[in-house]
Amino acid sequence: MSKQHITATVNGDEVEFLCDTRETLLDCLRDHAGIMGVKEGCGTGDCGACSVTLDGRLVCSCLVLGVEADGAEIGTVEGIAEGEKLHPLQRKFIEHAALQCGICTPGILVAAKNLLEKNPDPTETEIRYWLAGNLCRCTGYDKIVRAVMDAAAEMREAS
Amino acid sequence: MNYHRPTSFEQASTIAGASDGTIRFLAGGTDVLVQLRADILTPDDLIDIKHIPGVKDISRTDDGGWRLGVAVSGAEMTEHAELSAEWPGLVEGMDLIGSTQVQGRATLAGNLCNGSPAADSVPGMIAAGCTATVTGPNGSREVPVEEIPTGPGKTVLAKGELISAITIPARGANGGDAYLRFIPRTEMDIAVVGCAVNLRLDGDTIAQARVALGAVAPTARLVAECADAIIGTTLDDATLDGLAHAASAACSPIDDKRGTIEFRTHVAGVLAKRAAKIAYDRAKGASA
Repeated sequence: MSKQHITATVNGDEVEFLCDTRETLLDCLRDHAGIMGVKEGCGTGDCGACSVTLDGRLVCSCLVLGVEADGAEIGTVEGIAEGEKLHPLQRKFIEHAALQCGICTPGILVAAKNLLEKNPDPTETEIRYWLAGNLCRCTGYDKIVRAVMDAAAEMREAS
Repeated sequence: MNYHRPTSFEQASTIAGASDGTIRFLAGGTDVLVQLRADILTPDDLIDIKHIPGVKDISRTDDGGWRLGVAVSGAEMTEHAELSAEWPGLVEGMDLIGSTQVQGRATLAGNLCNGSPAADSVPGMIAAGCTATVTGPNGSREVPVEEIPTGPGKTVLAKGELISAITIPARGANGGDAYLRFIPRTEMDIAVVGCAVNLRLDGDTIAQARVALGAVAPTARLVAECADAIIGTTLDDATLDGLAHAASAACSPIDDKRGTIEFRTHVAGVLAKRAAKIAYDRAKGASA
């Protein structure tokens, strides 16, 4: 099987890779594009560790084929900070100790950022439902939800 | 696995018809890719239908209904204010499927073609009276949604056929719909029982109704006896009991880890009553 040549934009940079048609976007980002912030958890769309944005839409990259990403704009956790300057969500995750082992964190940051872009003032319930597809086995979620609410409040004041 | 990216449904149908192996159509991929990952199924030909013009469109039909492209995601339906206001039950059924991430990709037609008896979007489509446009080697035809699934994982679609659009009829005046499902948790689970009710009022009296049940038979089912139980009534308590009885009587569920036959049969009646009350209130003007 000949490999397919894919060109996509990842965090604003053009990325090219060759992939087998069966490879997922998750595999392609990690194995061919060196984007290691995207994590594999379950591999079947249940845990959200591989969350990325695909043309602005939050998706599990394990449920997208690499070949589908041709011409697409992809956002990962690597695109959240501006150089050395952390995004408010990242700072608040550290302040609130909203992570422990960290494997779910990149996906949750991508998901939370996507939420705040659509809804700058979400309720706690809205945050919990939005993040229901991001599993965390360490924190019990409270710290994550508080960090997102705190970051949202700070971003609203700044804007 | 050959990956195809047709630019028309006719081309998609031709590719599917010419394949000697296993084919799958790829829209949102939330079922197909899980099967691929789990080594349950690796298609020989995977036909990505997302590059066919119009598949992401939600548009008005000439008679005031809606035509949904087959790659419209659940999130796009939920974000569509007019569609959500007219068909809250249908949209809620779709919205109940999976996480935010899954909603970004999952589609009505995909949920229908996956053929799960517990598919959350299907009872709402059946109750609404939706039709699927089936395109194949012999052209296109309109098929009522309730006739698409034929059993768990099975559909009426023949080789070379695929769904090319979903049509929702015009809402019209004094109508309302609702979908409820039972799951043992609050989010992200598979329906143990699902029930959709769609009705239209003449004054306080129900003039038309369609009731569909999910997860209580090999396919989601349109239950005429349930509709008959509420048409001509104002949904008084005796009517609701009759509706519950008709819903339970229509069940032929299985026992599994999610629920017993007895439980599913009982809950179908409970959900039918509750969904009918919500649909009735919406028809009276209550907003979703």
